[in-house]
Amino acid sequence: MLFLRQLAFLLSTLASVLIAGTAFAADLPALVGGLTAGSFGDRETAVGALAASGDARAAPVLEALAAGQLYVRKSDNAVLIGKPDGNQLALTEAITGKPAGSGSEAGLDRVRVNNRLRGIIEAAVGSLTLMSPDPRVRRGAAEALFKRRDASSLGALDTALAAEKDPRIKRSMSEARAASVLASDAPTAQKLEAIALVRARADRDSLGVLVATAASATDPEVKAAATAAAGAVRQTLAAWEAAQNVWYGISLGSVLLLAAIGLAITFGTMGVINMAHGEMVMLGAYTTFVVQELIRTSAPHLFDVSLLIALPLAFVVAGGIGILIERGIIRFLYGRPLDTLLATWGLSLVLQQAVRSIFGSSNREVGAPSWMSGAFQLGQINVTYGRLWIVVFSLMVFVALIVVLRKTPLGLYMRAVTQNRPMASAMGIRTPRVDALTFGLGSGIAGLAGVALSQIDNVSPNLGQGYIIDSFMVVVFGGVGNLFGTLIGALTLGVVNKFLEPYAGAVLGKILVLVFIILFIQRRPRGLFALKGRSVE
Amino acid sequence: MITRFLWRGMDRNLRLFVLLVLALGIALPVLNQFVPPGSALHVPSWVLQLVGKYLCYALLAVAVDLIWGYCGILSLGHGAFFALGGYCMGMYLMRQIGSRGVYGNPLLPDFMVFLNYKELPWFWYGFNHFWFAMIMVVVVPSLLALALGWFAFRSRVTGVYLSIITQAMTFALMLAFFRNDMGLGGNNGMTDFKEILGFSVQADGTRAVLYLVSALALALGLVISAAVVGSRFGKALTAVRDAESRMRFLGYRVEGYKLFVFVLSAAMAGVAGAIYVPLVGIINPSEFSPANSIEAVLWVAVGGRGTLIGPVIGAFIVNFGKTWLTGALPEVWLFALGALFIVVTLLLPKGVVGLWGQIRARSQARKARASA
Amino acid sequence: MKLGSIMRTGLVAAGLLAGAAGSAFAQGAPIKVGILHSLSGTMAISETTLKDVMLMLIEEQNKKGGVLGRKLEAVVVDPASNWPLFAEKARELLQKDKVAAVFGCWTSVSRKSVLPVFEELNGILFYPVQYEGEESSRNVFYTGAAPNQQAIPAVDYLMANEKVQRWVLAGTDYVYPRTTNKILEAYLKQKGVKQEDILINYTPFGHSDWQSIVADIKKFGSAGKKTAVVSTINGDANVPFYKELGNQGIKAKDIPVVAFSVGEEELAGIDTKPLVGHLAAWNYFQSVKDPANEAFIKTWQAFTKNPKRVTNDPMEAHVIGFNMWIEAVKKAGTTDADAVIDAMIGIAVPNLTGGISAMMPNHHITKPVLIGEIQGNGQFDVVSSTPLVIGDEWSDYLPDSKDLIADWRKPMSCGNFNVVTGKCGGKGK
Repeated sequence: MLFLRQLAFLLSTLASVLIAGTAFAADLPALVGGLTAGSFGDRETAVGALAASGDARAAPVLEALAAGQLYVRKSDNAVLIGKPDGNQLALTEAITGKPAGSGSEAGLDRVRVNNRLRGIIEAAVGSLTLMSPDPRVRRGAAEALFKRRDASSLGALDTALAAEKDPRIKRSMSEARAASVLASDAPTAQKLEAIALVRARADRDSLGVLVATAASATDPEVKAAATAAAGAVRQTLAAWEAAQNVWYGISLGSVLLLAAIGLAITFGTMGVINMAHGEMVMLGAYTTFVVQELIRTSAPHLFDVSLLIALPLAFVVAGGIGILIERGIIRFLYGRPLDTLLATWGLSLVLQQAVRSIFGSSNREVGAPSWMSGAFQLGQINVTYGRLWIVVFSLMVFVALIVVLRKTPLGLYMRAVTQNRPMASAMGIRTPRVDALTFGLGSGIAGLAGVALSQIDNVSPNLGQGYIIDSFMVVVFGGVGNLFGTLIGALTLGVVNKFLEPYAGAVLGKILVLVFIILFIQRRPRGLFALKGRSVE
Repeated sequence: MITRFLWRGMDRNLRLFVLLVLALGIALPVLNQFVPPGSALHVPSWVLQLVGKYLCYALLAVAVDLIWGYCGILSLGHGAFFALGGYCMGMYLMRQIGSRGVYGNPLLPDFMVFLNYKELPWFWYGFNHFWFAMIMVVVVPSLLALALGWFAFRSRVTGVYLSIITQAMTFALMLAFFRNDMGLGGNNGMTDFKEILGFSVQADGTRAVLYLVSALALALGLVISAAVVGSRFGKALTAVRDAESRMRFLGYRVEGYKLFVFVLSAAMAGVAGAIYVPLVGIINPSEFSPANSIEAVLWVAVGGRGTLIGPVIGAFIVNFGKTWLTGALPEVWLFALGALFIVVTLLLPKGVVGLWGQIRARSQARKARASA
Repeated sequence: MKLGSIMRTGLVAAGLLAGAAGSAFAQGAPIKVGILHSLSGTMAISETTLKDVMLMLIEEQNKKGGVLGRKLEAVVVDPASNWPLFAEKARELLQKDKVAAVFGCWTSVSRKSVLPVFEELNGILFYPVQYEGEESSRNVFYTGAAPNQQAIPAVDYLMANEKVQRWVLAGTDYVYPRTTNKILEAYLKQKGVKQEDILINYTPFGHSDWQSIVADIKKFGSAGKKTAVVSTINGDANVPFYKELGNQGIKAKDIPVVAFSVGEEELAGIDTKPLVGHLAAWNYFQSVKDPANEAFIKTWQAFTKNPKRVTNDPMEAHVIGFNMWIEAVKKAGTTDADAVIDAMIGIAVPNLTGGISAMMPNHHITKPVLIGEIQGNGQFDVVSSTPLVIGDEWSDYLPDSKDLIADWRKPMSCGNFNVVTGKCGGKGK
C-alpha cells in the first residue's frame, strides 16, 4: 500500500513536470530566486507562483523559508538552506539539496519572513505535501488547509482524496475540502453538504469556519444552515467547557499541592513557620537551570532527561540546605514558633539576595524537554503535556511522602517525635537527628517542586515569594499536620478558583477565594481535617 | 482623673521615654526652622521627613506590640489597618487638590478622569472635610478589626490560624486595592498632594508641623497603651495571653478582652498610616502587601516584644538601617537586614531592650558581688 | 567593590586623558549622577540592567574626559521596588548627595511617587521606559515611548498586514495597560471595529496561571475572523503567559500576540521556539543592523563580561537620555538644573537604530517605531518600521486630554496647556 502511494506521488510529480514541459523545470531557480528579493508582498506572489507550479522540489525550499532557514550567500547570490550545526550552519543548495559546505551567518543574508507569509507558505506546502508518503505529513497538510480554507486548494485536495487510503486522513482531507468548498462559489447543495461535514467535526476550528460562512454567505439557505450548525457546535463546546474548567482546576491545584506539600512537613508537622519555604522551591528551580546549562554545553543529547537528572539533585541541594538551616538556626527555636517566623523571614531575604548575586536578577531560561511540550485533545479538552506531567508528578510526590511517613523507620520516628518529643526521646530516638532529617525532607520536597515549577513560571529570585502565601493558605485550609488535608485543600482551592475565574475575573476570583478561606476558618478553626487530641493545643 | 489614670500606667522609664519622644518632636523642627542652614546644628528638611516617617512606623510597631506582646495575638495583617488609615487621609488630600490636577477637573481626581469616571463614587463623599476624614481614619480600620475579630475570637481561632487569616485579609485587600475598578487609584494609588488644611504639603513649615504631630501621636499612643496594659484590664489581658483556657474557666469573657485590644490597636495603626501619608507623599496598594505587615512584626521583635519602649527602638533601628544601607551598600543591604533578623531572634530573644536589661542585671550582680 | 573598581578604572582613564590633553581636564569636584533603579524586590528583574547600563555610560564618558572638564560620579541607591522608598531616595539624592541629574524609575507608580519631589527640589529625572503618557513635567524627560510611539503603529501594522479584525486587549491591571487599552479601544472604534470584536481582559500582577485566559483567547479567536492579542502584560507575568501560549499551541500565524512590554531581556528567560512570529513593538531591537548599535552591544557585552548579554529598548532610552544630558550640559556650560532644563529642548543625538532623536518641547523625544517578530534565538526580526514619530504626551484619543498640549519653552512653560480655552491648567472651567 505504501508502495502504491509512493508510486502515485511519483507519478503526479512526474506528470506535473511533464505537463509543464522542460521550460518549467528551468523556471524553478527563477521562482526560488523570486522568493529572496523584494518586499514581503513580492515574496507572497513568489510563494503563490511556486505553489501553483506543483513542483515537489519547491516544498523543502518553502519549508526552510517558513522556518527562517533560507539564506542567500553574499558572495555569489546562491540560494541555500542552512540548518544549525553547532555554532555553524550546515548548508545545502536549495533546489538540488546538494551539500554546500558550512558557513556562519556573517557571510549570508537570511531571507526574512513574517507571519502572513508563514501562513501562506504553510497552505502552499500543504497542497504540495498532500501526496507525501508520510501519513503524518499528509494529515498535517490537510489540517493546515482546513484552517486556511482557500478555494484554490480544491484541486489538490480532490487529487489527494482520490489517492488516499487511510480513513482518518481521508476524513481530515474531506473536512479540509468542505472548508475550501465553503470559501469557494460552489453551488448551494455542495455547500450544505460541506456545512454538515464541518458541523460533525464540532471543535473550535470548525466553529470558526461556520461563523465565517454564516457571516459571508449570500445564499439565505447556506446562511441559515451555517448559523444553525454554528449554534449546535457552540452548545457542544459549552458542555466541554465545564470539563475543561475541572481540568484547569486540578492542574492549578496540583501546582498548589506541590508548592505546599513541603510546607505541610516543616510547618504542618514540625510547627516551624517557615517563611523561607518559597526560597527552597526557588533553589530547586535554579538547580534545574544549572543542570540544563551544563547539559547544553557538554551533553546536548541528554537534554530530554535533564529534568530527571535535576530531580534528585534539587532534592539533595534544597534538602541539604534545609538540614543546615535546621542545625544552624531552627533547632534553637523549638517551642518558640513565632520566632521561627522572624528568623526564616530574615533567611529568605538572605537566600534571595544570594541567588541574585550569583545568578543575576533577570529570569533564567529553563527549557521544556520534548516530552513535556505540546498538547493533545481529549474530546474537546486541550490537555498540555507539561501540565499533565505536573499533575502526575505532584501525586507521585504525595504518595511517596505518605509511604515514607507510614512505612519507613524514619517516618515512624518523625511521627513519634512530632507527637510526643520527651517520650520519643526516652524510647531512645535521637530527636535532634530526626528533627534535622524531617526539616531536610520538607525542604527537599520543596526543591522537587521547584523543578516542576520551573516549567511553568519565571526562574527568578522572586519565584518563591509568589508561592509562599498560597502555600500557607493551602496548609492551613487543609488542616495543619494532615497531609491528606493538604491534598484535598490544594485541589479544592484550585478547582474553586478556576470556576470563579470565568465569572469574576482573575483578580476578583482570587480575592473571593481568600475571603472564602477566612470565612471557612471561622467555621472550622482548625482547617478541613483537624487533628484530634490534646497535643494540638 | 483621666490624666491620673494615664499617668499611673507608666513606670519611670516609660515616662522618661515619652518625654524624650516629645523633646525630639519639638527640638528637631526648631533646629530645622530657626537655625540657619549653614550652622552645624541645622537639621535639613529631609532628615525631618525621614524621622517623621520612622515615628509613624514606631506607632505602628507599638500597635502591633500591644496585641502581640500583651495579648499574644500575632497579627500578620496590621499593615492593612495602617494602609486603610493612610487611604482615608489620601482621599482627603486628593479632594484638596481640587482643580489643580493635570486635567483641571474640579471634582474628580486625575486618575478618575482618565478612567472615564463621570461622577464621584459614593464612598468618596465627605472626604473633602478634614473632620470627616479624621473620623474615618479611626473608624474604618476599627470596623474591619471589629468584624474580623468578632468572628475570629468567637470561633476561637487562635495561634497560627489567626495569623494566617490576618495575612489572607491583608493579601485580599492588596489585590482589591490594586484593581482600578475600586475607584481608589489602582496600582498608582494617590500622590501629588497639594494642600492639607490649606497649607502646602511641600512647605517646610507644614512638614515641621506634621513631624510634630507624628511625635505627639507616638507619645499619645505610648501613654494610652501604657494605661491599658497597666490597668486591671491589662493584667487580665496578660493572663489571657499566658493561659487563655484558664481565664475562660475562671469566667472571664476572653473574646471581649481580645476584641477590645484588637480594635484599639487597629485604630492606632490607622492613625499612624494617616500621618504617614502626607509625610511621604504617596499611598498605594503595596502598603497592604503581607511583607510590610511581617516587617512591622520584625520591628517589634528586634526592639523587644512585650515592652512599650522596645517597638519604638526596633522601628528606628530597622528603618534607619534600611535608609542607610540602601544608599551605602545598595547591592548587598538585604544580606545585612536578613542577618540582623536572624541574629536578633537567635541571640536576643527579648530584643534590644532585653539586651539592655541583661547587661544591667549583670552589672548589678557584679556590683552586688563587689559590695558583698 | 564592583562600583569601586569601576570608579577606579574611570579615574585612571580620566587621568590618562588629562595627561594627554594638558591640564583642562579633571579640574574641580566630580559631577554626581544619581541612579534610582530597584536592585532588589520585584522590579529588580528589569531595573538592575539599567543601573549597569548607566554605570557603563558614565565610565565611557569619563574615559572621554567627563564633561565640562569634570569627571562624572555615579551615586547608586536601591529603592527596593518600594514606592515610598523611591520618594525618600529621590529626596536623599537631590538634597543630600546634590546630584546634577537622576536616571531612574521603571514603573509608572515609582515615577508618580518621585514626581512631586523632583518638582519641589527642582531636580532632573530621565525616565527611560515606555509609559501611558498623560503627563508632562518640567523636571522630567521622558525618553521611553508614549502610546503613539508604540501601541498605535503596532495596531496599524496588524490591520494592514495581517488583516486582523478581532482584538483581544490583555493587560495587567494597572495604569499603563488601562490607559493604553483605552486609547486603543477608541482608535479601533474609529477604524470601524465593532464593540463585540474587542475583548478586554485584566489580570493581577505576577499572574502565573494562564490556562483559563489562554483558553478564552482561543475561544474568542474562533469566530471566523482573524484575531490578534494586544498584550500589555507586565514583565513577570509574561513568562508563564508565553509558556502557556506555546503549550496550548497558539501559533503566531493563527492568533498573533503583539506585546509592548516584552523585549530581549524578558525573552532571555523563555525557550522562544514555539513563539516564533509573535510580535513586539519597540523603538529599538538588539538585532537592528547599525554601526552605532553594534558598537554599543560590543561595549555592553565587554562591560558585563558576558558575550551573550542582550540589550533592550529601555537601555537605548538611557543611552539617548544620557547623551542628551551631556550635550545639554555642554551647551549650558553648567550643571545647574534650570539652565540644563532650558538647554535640553532641541538637543538631538544619534539613537542606536540609525536615526537622530531630538528632545521636543513637551519633554518627549522623537523615535522610530519598529515592529519585530520573535525568532527562535530570542531575538526579533524587524518586519516593519516607521520614520521618526514625536512622542504625544496627551493622547488625541482620550476625550479629556485631546485638547491638551505641553510646551516647556518660554513663555508658555506649561505641561497641560488647553488649546481650546487658551489657558494653562488642564480642562479648566
